Amino acid sequence: MNKQITIDREDTANNKEANNKESSQKAFEIRDYLRLDLFPHFMCPGCGHGIALRALLWAIHSQGIDKNKLAIVSGIGCSGRVGSYIDANTYHTTHGRPLAFATGLKMARPDLHVVVITGDGDCLAIGGNHLIHAARRNLDITCLMLNNEIYGMTGGQVSPTTPHNRFTTTTPAGNREPVFDASRLAEAAGAGFVGREVTIHVPRLRDLIAEGLEYKGFSFIEVMSDCTEVNGRKNDLGSSPEMVLGQTRAMRPPKYELGEYDNNVVDHPFRPNSLNTGVLTRADRPEYGETYREMARNIQGMEKGGQP
Amino acid sequence: MTSQASQQTVNRDTINIQGNHACALGAIAAGCRFYAGYPITPSSEVAERLAKELPKVGGVFLQMEDEIASIAATLGASLGGVKAMTATSGPGFSLKQENLGYGMGAEIPCVVVNVMRGGPSTGLPTRPAQGDLMQARWGTHGDHPVIALTPGSVEEIYQQTARAFALSEQLRIPVIVLFDESLGHLVETITLPDVTEYEHTLRKWATGKPEEYKPYHADADGVPPMARPGDGYRVHTTGLTVEESGFPTQKADKVGPVMDRLLGKVALNNHLVESFEDVDCADADVVVVALGIVGRAAKRAVRDLRAQGIKAGLFRPITLWPFPTESFRKLTKKAKHFVVAEMNAGQLILEIGAAKGGKQTVSGLNRYDGVPIAPLQIIDAVKEASDHE
Repeated sequence: MNKQITIDREDTANNKEANNKESSQKAFEIRDYLRLDLFPHFMCPGCGHGIALRALLWAIHSQGIDKNKLAIVSGIGCSGRVGSYIDANTYHTTHGRPLAFATGLKMARPDLHVVVITGDGDCLAIGGNHLIHAARRNLDITCLMLNNEIYGMTGGQVSPTTPHNRFTTTTPAGNREPVFDASRLAEAAGAGFVGREVTIHVPRLRDLIAEGLEYKGFSFIEVMSDCTEVNGRKNDLGSSPEMVLGQTRAMRPPKYELGEYDNNVVDHPFRPNSLNTGVLTRADRPEYGETYREMARNIQGMEKGGQP
Repeated sequence: MTSQASQQTVNRDTINIQGNHACALGAIAAGCRFYAGYPITPSSEVAERLAKELPKVGGVFLQMEDEIASIAATLGASLGGVKAMTATSGPGFSLKQENLGYGMGAEIPCVVVNVMRGGPSTGLPTRPAQGDLMQARWGTHGDHPVIALTPGSVEEIYQQTARAFALSEQLRIPVIVLFDESLGHLVETITLPDVTEYEHTLRKWATGKPEEYKPYHADADGVPPMARPGDGYRVHTTGLTVEESGFPTQKADKVGPVMDRLLGKVALNNHLVESFEDVDCADADVVVVALGIVGRAAKRAVRDLRAQGIKAGLFRPITLWPFPTESFRKLTKKAKHFVVAEMNAGQLILEIGAAKGGKQTVSGLNRYDGVPIAPLQIIDAVKEASDHE
């Protein structure tokens, strides 16, 4: 068994900044949050899901969340397998249903931090109904949707977020179906916190997830992940670095500052762009668990002869 | 919210109550503190009553966005350590099958009530039927263990719903409670049975050092203790086939024993699971096999037949799955005929054909027109079977 894994410590400027922010606690060490016995992991070389996992664990660390009180609920697909590596209470549920499982778990155990890891197929296709109702209900759950624009686990079939004309195993002549904008969908359904980020900016992704974890209510975070093996290769999108750089070029930073994020914006400052990143929505809405428990307390008070 | 059995006093009042409401109250009495459901005729009153009762006892009621979400949330709550239930009817029961299998495979206790109506498809939503007996046994994909209870009166609905929780906790398995529309909507005056024992029956929780705990290492009863989130065990739960560690495996030498234990655990605990009613089977020439509301009609038929000098008996399974085969064989050794009366086109009869110990003939009395089988029909069927002697 290859238990010798090399996960480089972050020693970038961003990390130093983060470490300063976390100065009151231990520096982030990813091994503290992983089930190292399970390595090597299942992810393909170049897959963006591992980066998203790192950002999630870092955010969990920055929030000081106790692993024993952390519940990771995932569905089926590549995204569904990611949660297994986290040293926490992990639930690998059925296809499309992690949000529904998480809803029951969070209502039954409000003391747990419930994080859902899902994918574009799991969350938007087979589980689409649960997403819009979880957003509407506004229970305190953080939903991390890893959007790699493909069904990777099953061999590269078209998903609700596969871009127009993209070749997949089930769109041999190119995809003609329109795509979902998952973040706008979640926002329209009532999600109190919505954000989107690309995997190339790990510290920014970490901060976004941390903000989602902190948010009292349903937070939806769309991570633009890359599937090099079955999506990239079939469409000549290049290797993983080329794919994530491609995403970066397609993204408009939340605060547009010339040249800070991408040289490309100098040449095309106003080019049309679908990838808004950062916090997209933040609204104060009552968290449903609290609302329900307050109602229950009122009912119990009335039962005892008190005033409603 | 707590899963600990509270010392609430049992209400032993005699009350006038509908079957679906009795189901809801039986659940509460057994310690159910979570319900997630979706409206469907003819089971909706179970949800309506629980929406009213659960907040009073510190429990949670959720109306979910669909049937699939309902059982998913129910399993999620149970994973959190709370006794949980969902109720539905035929179409909803079909939708729940995948996650029901998840519960059976990952060994998550919960109770799933199916108030049966006429089918197939939308069928006869407000009419009784017993068309889901085989769906309860074989509905989810793959080999799986199953327990299904079939109460035959309003009082028994209360009692068996409560018992379903106890069995589900003891054996770490979703338990199905099947009754039909006529029982669900039947209003009877009943004395609430004492179910304190069921209320106090809780699943085995993991104790000992977390680093030594193996989530699927079973005790002698074939049931592994469960780890509650927050208690420091940090285990993995999955629908994949797992080894004792809780992590997936595809190795044949690991999968075989794991499946043997999973499929065998109910039989290993048959003394807890088996339940049936025997009315004069020992010396009967003709034994009627019927369950639920039909069992009740059959009881009347057997009484009348005996008064007419015909040696008739009734075998009424209360635990339908696994079918109490051994007891059935022993009790009906002397029988010459079986009349299987059921409100479907012939499902229980398949099991009787397989379960009978001798060369008895088996005939079916079937109705699937949305009307319960009457005692007179059963009397005629028994007489017809006797005449062939």
